[in-house]
Amino acid sequence: MTAPVDVVLRKKERFERGTERLPGDFHEELFRLEEEGEWIVDRVREPYVEVPTKYGRTKKIPKAHLWHHKSCGQCGHIPGYSTSIFWVMRKLGYDYHDPRDQTSCTAWNYYASATSNSTAQAAVALRNFAAARETGYFPLIHCGTSYGHYKEVREELLLHPELRQQVRDILAKLGKPLVMPEEIVHYSEWFYAMRQEIAAHQVRNFDGIAVTVHPACHYYKLVEGDAIYDPDIYGGQRTAVVTGLAEALGAEVRSYSTWFDCCGFGFRHILVQRDFTRSFATQRKIEVMKEEADPDVVLTHDTGCVTTLDKSQFAARAHDRNVGVPVMSEAQFAALAMGAHPYRVCQLHWHSADYRPFLERMGIDWEAAWAEFEADVKRLERGEIEFLTWEDVDA
Amino acid sequence: MAETSALYKSDDVAGYPEVAHDVKARLFDEVKADLRFPDYLYGCYECGICVAACPSARFYDFSPRRIAQAIAREDVALVYQQMEEDIWECSQCFSCVRCPRGNNPGGLITIMREVAINNGLASAREALEGYSRIIYKIMSTGTQVSPDMLQPDAFPDWGPEVKDVSDNLALWRRALPPETLHTTSTGWDVAERTLIELYVIWLESGVLEMIREVDEGLHAILEEIMQDRLEEEGIEP
Ligand code: SF4
Ligand code: SF4
Repeated sequence: MTAPVDVVLRKKERFERGTERLPGDFHEELFRLEEEGEWIVDRVREPYVEVPTKYGRTKKIPKAHLWHHKSCGQCGHIPGYSTSIFWVMRKLGYDYHDPRDQTSCTAWNYYASATSNSTAQAAVALRNFAAARETGYFPLIHCGTSYGHYKEVREELLLHPELRQQVRDILAKLGKPLVMPEEIVHYSEWFYAMRQEIAAHQVRNFDGIAVTVHPACHYYKLVEGDAIYDPDIYGGQRTAVVTGLAEALGAEVRSYSTWFDCCGFGFRHILVQRDFTRSFATQRKIEVMKEEADPDVVLTHDTGCVTTLDKSQFAARAHDRNVGVPVMSEAQFAALAMGAHPYRVCQLHWHSADYRPFLERMGIDWEAAWAEFEADVKRLERGEIEFLTWEDVDA
Repeated sequence: MAETSALYKSDDVAGYPEVAHDVKARLFDEVKADLRFPDYLYGCYECGICVAACPSARFYDFSPRRIAQAIAREDVALVYQQMEEDIWECSQCFSCVRCPRGNNPGGLITIMREVAINNGLASAREALEGYSRIIYKIMSTGTQVSPDMLQPDAFPDWGPEVKDVSDNLALWRRALPPETLHTTSTGWDVAERTLIELYVIWLESGVLEMIREVDEGLHAILEEIMQDRLEEEGIEP
């Protein structure tokens, strides 16, 4: 039996963060190393938005000219996630670059199997950063784990000259210098920073839509000082991304007591020990949300969390558990708010938990939308078009 | 057997061999020699805050406190036992970094796993059984999961939508507007040159060698792929 959420929250209101454990600003060392010729700091360029972080440091979030560091799990298994990020950016009129010269951060494998090491992980990160700089675009990280892992890599490189040297030697073989971005920026930070602009383009009304938010562990627990915290959201006691956007779009964000728990992804567990993942995701997250908050939709901001919370519900349903709520990223939610097509853009047919009642709540005729998508697929099948293009999705 | 013993792990839980004390001591030294180690452990209050936050502790006989404690006490025998029995249960979520001592028990586990792989421990071999195709995918293609992995027999517990995706895969991929996402065997279209650069990283950082310890067959396949491509490009590994 979990404690009622108001009891948990009352306790949290008394919590104050001790000043003795405030981490310093890593930028001092970042720029000192640049002055000493150790690496190049890739600067955040105008236009940018300044946002507050956990310990009060201001973080710059670039608005435009972004290099999209894609996520393997999003692109591979929930492609409406990445598509929605691009679509929203296009709609707001900000240019971007979607690179082929990008590898995965490889951290999913690293956290699952440990078949790598600090040197390789840092070299993979800095190869991608160098590739971004070559294009003149600034990296925007789609995956929560890539974001968390790259922050870890940055911390390790700041602390250890011998690691910098090893990575420098490897990148020299590729003809690349060491490049570290001034800020490591997650796409959900861009959505938080742009929430008013997104809301200004809203065409679907979200009044009466209830959401619960699962904050992604690797976003705010790993190297916590980079994550966005806003005194106006949860009194600054939880990260403000996702929630800030959902509120700006007029949805009602409902709390639940196990918000700090992870989703159960487990990296190796989701692939080879899914009994753990399914049990944790349903018993500690979905069922608690349903019981305490009864949301119309669960929003989260990471690849693994969307996959886990969405896919774990099917087997639990067979056991008559209290599950059955759609799960999507806040990027897809924002795209829907701005009028995106649920299949051509949000690609909801790749999701498992039933999202159709939620679309109906938003006033979307999903049957008509599906018929449109099927007609697109027929055109592809007949060879009338080779791909569905950006022009097609807004036709 | 007494009923309560079911609460504890049996001695042969992972089917691993007993080794001499100096082997355990060497493995422990390898953990401590990792450059991240001094940033991950500052002693342990044994307060259990990490356990309260830990998802794996809820479903397994597993505890980040026991890990931090064993290492802090330099109990080399217990650390060896944990490397064989416990470390692969961790979810690597890093909820435990809320430790009031500033420890990173999840990070300690990352290091212990690396040492387990490097030394081909039984737990590492067992953990990678059924996992090789993922390592193959990430190391050879540069993306970890691909659309064509969504097969109903691989994910029977994910519902009928997996079959819909798999039946319509090629068409549905072409129905994605971003130009880089029309792939089926990789997450996105990774440039050839980029892949070769990744191979150089795997070779130069010793990661390919790590694979040899735990899966010789996989190592041989990856080595051949990488060396062929690098030779074609005229790159001396
Ligand atoms: S939270 Fe930290 S100090 Fe407390 S038991 Fe865990 S590792 Fe030890
Ligand atoms: S990283 Fe591992 S030990 Fe730490 S809380 Fe997560 S599952 Fe537990």
